[in-house]
Order: sequence, then C-alpha cells, then structure tokens
Amino acid sequence: MATVSERKKTRYIGKRTPKYDALERVTGQALFAADLHLPGMLHGKVLRSPHPHALIKRIDTRKAEALPGVKAVVTAADLPPPERAQGMLGGELLISIMDLRRLTIAHDKALFEGHAIAAVAATTPEVAEEALDLIQVDYEVLPPVENALEAMSPDAPLLQPDLYTKTLGEQPERPSNVATHSESSRGDLERGFAEADLVHETSYETKMVHQGYLEPTATVAHAQPDGRITLWTSTQGIFGIRRSLGHLLDLPLGKVNVIPTEIGGGFGGKIYAILEPLAALLSRKSGHPVKIVMSRAEVFRATGPASPTHITVKTGAKKDGRLTAAYVKLVMDAGAVPGAPIGGASLVCLAPYKLDHMKIEAYDVVTNKPRVQAYRAPGGTPAAFAVESHMDQVAERLGIDPLAFRMLNAVDEGDRMTDDRPYNRIGLKEVLRRVAKHPSWTSPLPPGPHRGRGLALGFWAGATLTSTAHVLVHADGTATLVSGQVDLTGTRTTMQQIVAEELQVPLESVSVRVGDTDSTPYTDLSAGSRTAYSFGAAVHNACQDVLAQLRVHAADHLTAQPEHVEYADGRFWLRDSPDQNVDLVTVARRSTFRATGPICGRGTVTRLQPAPQFAAHVADVEVDPDTGKVTILRYTAFQDVGRALNPTQVEGQVQGGAAQGIGWALTEYYHFEKGVMRNPTFLDYRMPTSLDLPMIDCELVEVPASDGPYGARGVGEVPIVPPAAALANAVYRAAGVRLHKLPMTPEEVFRARQATSAIG
Amino acid sequence: MRPFTYAAPQSLQEALDLLAKANGTVRPLVGGTDLIDQLRQRRKTADVVLDIKRIPEMHRLEYVAREGLHVGAAVSCADTAAFAAVRELYPAIRASCLLVGSVQIQNRASIAGNVCNSAPSADTVPPLVTLDARAAIVGPRGRREVPLEEFFTGPGQNVLRGDELLLEIVVPPPAPHSSNHYLRFIPRNEMDIAVAGVSSLVALRPRGRICARARIALAAVAPTPVRAKAAEAVLEGHVVTSELIEAAAEKAVEACRPITDVRGSAEYRKELVKVLTRRTLRHCMASLGQPLES
Repeated sequence: MATVSERKKTRYIGKRTPKYDALERVTGQALFAADLHLPGMLHGKVLRSPHPHALIKRIDTRKAEALPGVKAVVTAADLPPPERAQGMLGGELLISIMDLRRLTIAHDKALFEGHAIAAVAATTPEVAEEALDLIQVDYEVLPPVENALEAMSPDAPLLQPDLYTKTLGEQPERPSNVATHSESSRGDLERGFAEADLVHETSYETKMVHQGYLEPTATVAHAQPDGRITLWTSTQGIFGIRRSLGHLLDLPLGKVNVIPTEIGGGFGGKIYAILEPLAALLSRKSGHPVKIVMSRAEVFRATGPASPTHITVKTGAKKDGRLTAAYVKLVMDAGAVPGAPIGGASLVCLAPYKLDHMKIEAYDVVTNKPRVQAYRAPGGTPAAFAVESHMDQVAERLGIDPLAFRMLNAVDEGDRMTDDRPYNRIGLKEVLRRVAKHPSWTSPLPPGPHRGRGLALGFWAGATLTSTAHVLVHADGTATLVSGQVDLTGTRTTMQQIVAEELQVPLESVSVRVGDTDSTPYTDLSAGSRTAYSFGAAVHNACQDVLAQLRVHAADHLTAQPEHVEYADGRFWLRDSPDQNVDLVTVARRSTFRATGPICGRGTVTRLQPAPQFAAHVADVEVDPDTGKVTILRYTAFQDVGRALNPTQVEGQVQGGAAQGIGWALTEYYHFEKGVMRNPTFLDYRMPTSLDLPMIDCELVEVPASDGPYGARGVGEVPIVPPAAALANAVYRAAGVRLHKLPMTPEEVFRARQATSAIG
Repeated sequence: MRPFTYAAPQSLQEALDLLAKANGTVRPLVGGTDLIDQLRQRRKTADVVLDIKRIPEMHRLEYVAREGLHVGAAVSCADTAAFAAVRELYPAIRASCLLVGSVQIQNRASIAGNVCNSAPSADTVPPLVTLDARAAIVGPRGRREVPLEEFFTGPGQNVLRGDELLLEIVVPPPAPHSSNHYLRFIPRNEMDIAVAGVSSLVALRPRGRICARARIALAAVAPTPVRAKAAEAVLEGHVVTSELIEAAAEKAVEACRPITDVRGSAEYRKELVKVLTRRTLRHCMASLGQPLES
C-alpha cells in the first residue's frame, strides 16, 4: 500500500472530529446484546463449579428439566463429537480448539472455580436460576494447583494427563503442567556477563487481574429449524466467533451468522467464544432464541483475566552504564488450559535496550484458575514492571540518572527486537528527548515529605493481520464504509475521517456500518493495536479503488480516458482542459445505470510491516508513611503515536491505558484462597475510581511509521505497559522501599516499610 | 432474586400491623442500597419487602433544644449531612454521612439503614456511639430506646425483634467545649468499605487542655462497632498532650478483635486503628483551638 509518511496538509486527518457514535451512546440508543429481546426468547443461566479442581462423577438434570418454565438443559454431553474440533484459534493469545471446547463446558473435570458444568434455558431468569439449584452434580474434589511455581514442581497434581511440555530441547517423557518452554537468545550470555562491571539480579511477582470492562459478557443465540444459527454478541471479532462456533457445533461457516452488537469495552477479554456456544446449544435444544447475560461475579470467574507472573531479571553493565548482557526468565500462569502471553512478554521485556548478549526463557504453565485471555498489550505490563524496576536499580547502583541510563542503552532503527526482527522506523529516542525537556521531568517535586518521581518505558510491537473494507458511493454522492470490523475504540470515528479525507467530501456525508459475517468479507479482530493501523490501511485502499471507479464514470461522462481525469473536492475535470468537468453527485448518479455500474471500492491488506510503539511514563507520588497509601500527584504519558489521526481519540486511549495500568499497579488483584476467588465484585476487586486517578497528561510524539496510513502507529496497548514500573520507581524514591510485587496496596507498602525499618 | 411481596404502608400503625401479621421474613426498605443487592445476590431472602418511606414519622429531621437531634429512619444521608443543625453541631455525623458509598448512594441510603444492616464497618455508627446516640424502636408494645452502643449483637445482627421497626436515631446535644471527628481508611478514595474506622470525641474542661470526657468508637475491627474504653480512660482527667494521644492510640488497639480478610489483615487493621485514633484526636484538639505540636 502507498506509504504516506511525509506530512501533507489534511482536512480531517489529525483533527478532533466528534465521536461517531457519541449521540446514540449518551442517549441510550446504542444496542448492546443484553438489550435485545426477540419473540419467544428464553433466558439462559449457567451452573458453575464451586471447586477449582474436581472430577465430575455424575450430573443429574432431571429435576431441573421438570421445573415448569424450563425449556432446555445442556451439559458437555450435548456438544457434537469433536471431529471438527481441530487446530488452533488466533486472537491475541492462541488457544487450541480442543481446549476451547473443554473451557466452554467441563467434560469430566472442572478445571477452575466458575467452570461451566451445565446451562439452563427458561422462560424467566428467575426460573432458570432456580433450575440451577435443582441440578445435582457429584464431584470428587481434587487438590487445586494454585500458582505457576507450584504447578511446575514435579509432585504437583496434573491438570491434564495428556499435556506434555513443548520445547525445542529433548521431548519430555512425562506429562507436566508446563505447556511450553520457549527460549529466544542472541550472542553469548556468559561472555556478556563476564564483560560486566556490575551484575544485578532481581525477581518480581504479579497477580491475576481483570480487564474490568463495563459491559458484562452477553449473547443472544437463535437456532433456526434449518440448522442455521444467528448470534448477536458482544465481541472483538465476529469471524473468530463464527469459526469457533463452526468447530464446536460442527457447522459449515455459511450456517453461522454473527452479528456484532455495540461493545462496552473488551481490552482483549472479548475475543474467545465463551457464552456463544452455550446459548447456541440451548437454542438448538429448546427451539427458541436464548439470551445469556453474565453477572459481574461470573465475568470475574469465567471470562478470562490477565496472566499472573513470576519474573527474574539479571543484567550486566559497565561502569559507564552500558548494558553488556541480560537474562529474563518469565513464568506465566495460563490458568486452566495453555496459552499465557509468553510471546508478548518476551517481546516487551528487553525491547527498549540495545543488547548484544541476551536470553529470554519463558514458561507457559497451567493452574486451576480461569483461563487467561489477552489484556491490553498481553504480558507487557508484568514484563515492564520487572525490567523497568530492575533497570532503575541498576542505574542507581551505577550512580547514573535513570533517564540518561535509558538514553544510553536505547534501541534505534536497524537494531533488533528480541525475536531478531529488525526495527523499522521507531521513536524511542525522540520520546526520551521529549521527556528530558518536559516540566514533568525537569521541574522539582512539589515540596513535602515522602514524595518521589518515577520513570518507566513501555513497548508494544502491535499486530497487523488481515483487514478488509468496502466503501459504497450512493447515487447522491454520499458514502458508506461497510465492514465486519467491530468498533472497539472509536474505529468508526477515525475511519469516517479517512474516507472523508480520501474522497475529499464532507465528514457528514460519510457513514460507517459494521456488518455481520454473512454480509461482509473476512476481516480480523479488533485487537493488538491493529485496527486504526491495519484496517485504516484497508479503508485507505478501498477509497483509492472508489476514486478509480469514479474516474471511469467521469471519463465516460466527459468522453475521455480515465487516466486523463483529475479529481479534487467533489469535482472531476480533464487535466488538459479543466473547464470540461463534472461534479461527484452527477457521476455517482450515473454510476447507478451507466458504464461499469455502482461504486463499491474494496480495500484489503494482509501483511503490513509492524509499526512498533514506544512510551515513557513519569509519575510523581506521595506515600502516607503511617498507612502505606500511595497518592499520585502528577502523571504524564509520553508516547510515539506515529501520527495522531484523531488526537482526542488517541488521548482517550493513552489515558485509558494508563488508568488501567495504575489500577493494576496499586489496587487490583484476584484474591484467591485455595483456588477460590474471594473478591468477585467491584467493591472488593478495587479498580480505581475517578477520585483515585490524577489527570493523565498526554505528550504525543509523532515519528511516522514506515508503513500504514498517514504514518500512524497503533496506540491502544502500549500505554498500559509502563505505569506499574513508573509507580514502583516513584514509590521507591518516596518511601525508601522497593516493591517487587503487584499490587502495591497500602498494606503491602506498609509491610515493606516495616520490614525495612526492622532491618535498618 | 426470588419473588416477594412489596408493601408500602402509609402509617406507622399499618406498618406494625403488617409486621405482626406477615407470614415469613419481612425486610424493611429505605434506600435499598444494601437490601436490594443482598436479595439479588441471594445473601438474604424476603417474603415481604416493607417500604417505610411513605410513613410520615420516618421523615422527621429536627433539632430540639435539650433533647437533641432526631433523624427519622427514612431520612437520607445526603439530607442529614445538609441539615443546618448537623452542619453546625455534629461535624462527625456529617463527615460519616458523606463517606457512605458515593454521592448516588448517599442520596438513597439512610443512617437507620446503615444501623439496621449492622455491618461492623458501618461508617455512620462510630460517631453516633461517641455522641451517646439512642435507637428509638417501635413495636406492638410501644416505643423503647436502646443506646446505640448496645444495639449491635454481631455482624448483621442487632436487638430489633421481628415485630419492631427502627423509628429514628436520637442524638443528645453535644457537650460544651467538645469536638468530634470520624476518619476511616480505605485503599481507594470512595466507593469502598472501611478497612478500619475511628471516631473520637473530646470534651475539655472550661479553659485549658484537661480532658473532661473522651469517647472513642471503632469500626470494622470487631464483630460489632466497639468503644475503646481503655483508650478513653487514658485521656479523661488529664492534660491532653501528643504523648497522651499516642498512649491512647496504643490503648485503642486493645479494643480490637479484627479478622483477616480480603480487605486487610488483622495486624494491619490494628495498626490503622492506632493511626486513625491519633489523627482523629489531634483533629479534635485542633478544632477546639488547642493544636498539638507534631
């Protein structure tokens, strides 16, 4: 695709155009899956395992089926045989279809507290809930495997007797809870450490957290008598859901239509099919449409949070601050079935640092917890928490300013990512230079005791994948962008800008329609910071196709060759005789009955180069020395966004990512007791409220990407990567204690201070 | 949520008759900020939900000289906090009303509801205990008053009988030369439940810093709200100094019987009681015009 890296004068790109769907959202008109009501619709509820690990000896559903109002009860026995349940599903994290099948509903074993055991469809939610109480399940309770380190020990109970570690080395003889052991390395680690004046090693731990999207997971399924299934669902990718349903319910893709409803936040947590197969099975069995809406507790227990981690970092450095070697060990908890984000964490951990000698080992480990899903830069936040905390300590031990230390070791274009791909154009050094000059870094802390400032870097490579868009031009010259690309983060707003920019028409004459899997061509999910970047490129291409088609019509009207036709601002003319011209409306009208017919521009991209993203966050905090409570005084997020297509939308992404990172850093975590989550409510799972967050100032740095539309980079994920480390570094300077675990709750900070004073 | 009967009687008598005759469990309702969630989560059941908001007596909000403050059971926390006499004479009640939940919750919830829910962490209770407030209860045998300190019998449990209703909270006029404060600790800044809460009341003898009367009440550190009597004794009859406050704060911990749960460990809760006792007492002294060196 055409690269537009030089700055042209633009009409809509780079402007703060209003959010496309703002009015329907604020007036309550936006239709979410839970709002849907179809004639004859039933309500589904799911019976979930109270045990994190148990064999299912027997399920008796007879009493539930006999309850008046109950129309269907399903268990794993209702799933078709797994002939078609082969292969892997993408998304941000991989999952095998067999594992997805196992997660959808427990077969012979419950693998986590909240694992679906059975589902009921009834005339009211109350009857369905009552029916759940009537289902009798005989469990043989097994000891739960509570964390990844425990799971790795040779005498740990096995979750799956047929799971063998995937590794590049010798093939294992015994099954294990370690699904994968991966390694990436460069140079000679021993030599690198031998060259160092200082070798430093530290370890870190992070807990399970949830994306915390506002809209609970919800779906409506309607199985028609001819075997077709229609789903209205809250998802980041309709084609992934269709493929999952095809595999799990043994249906050709043409028989499953997935209609995306408005989505109230996903952050990587609404990628896999979770409720959809259950609702479809219930609808099939009952012959009625079935709606299932999760409670918040179910969302916490049974959707797919972020991976808990144990990370060790060891580096070598010269006295002048130059890094000579780095080793990172990532132990990541996938929950019930394999698929922790070891790839993302491996890419993020050492991304900002130029290293000749490095090695990363990563372990994907299963435990009796909910299976993790992606969460905004999956794996990135724990990786950066560990490495950026570590680098601050190294800089301190060497007596070097933390910013100067990072500048000294920063990667450039041509240096290599941890997977050895070379960086194309990147803006890390530009970001660091902006920090160096900015008052958030240069001005002294506001006076007061127990205050400190912290800096941390973040990285995200971003996905590109496949994107497809159609742009239709109507008979009056207005246009509609049609695609199956779900609007997760303001996609409609930005794409409206691109279409208006390229077709040189008013913003208002462009509408954007998100279609379903039956009526739009394949496009990948909205995730991985890829939508504005990769889908934006497809939309850009579709617009070029539209212009080419319009030129044919204009040439037909002007009796000329299309290559002699010029276009600007809604008017076509002949290059050599500009007084021979015709307006867009006339051309559009003619297209409905003349020449090559109606205008339908198609744009597709399959393999863009990545547009790597770097960020730096600076936080000022105050720590209450008596209680350990951390208050953020000032917060500034610097980010290379390539080109801010819509600064308001970009700032929203940066602030939202930082806010989630702050929650992860300070208050959010799953409180497990013997594998049972004790805080499945927003009361005790403490996400920050508006009163807990500072103003998050955004400093957008624009180093154009090598590829993609207008030099833009993906922006949505990298802002969640630095906050935990930036805050840990600030807390260290404010309170004199180094926190090696997240979250840094008041009690943890208090205990750390107590431990330090006991030693000191 | 299971189906229940909803009743909204117009008079106290009608409500009491309904209570006496009802089959099964009757749950009085004001704002519903606790009850509706408990029913939905099936942590409580109800055969009848009895909305008391249409009963005129339940809306009394009045300050009567020598008697004190009357806060009817249906008066919202927001209205209580905004009431002139509360603003002027009962700063700790006001502070606690403005801490419950969030602004939206304060508009619905009442002090009486907070009291009847009887959570050990109830924010409005410690200030009322330090002020010697009484719960006015009505039932088939008429009206009775119970000191709020004796109202609670365990987590979620109290002295109300099945045929009785809490009518109002009565708070005596504050003692002269007295000050009262409430602080709680939460990891967030709102929408949270106290990990620990402390209300302190200090009355000084006319002129000087001698403590005539001290009341310290604690939240979320025992099965019920509790008074820290040993800490009060440290202060009463003595000149209040920073050292004395420190000693009282240490003593306050002895009244705690905290548990370790999702919201905090027992040890941390004890530490917080110390911190909050110190801070509330220092605040009281400062607002009495007797600030202490730090």
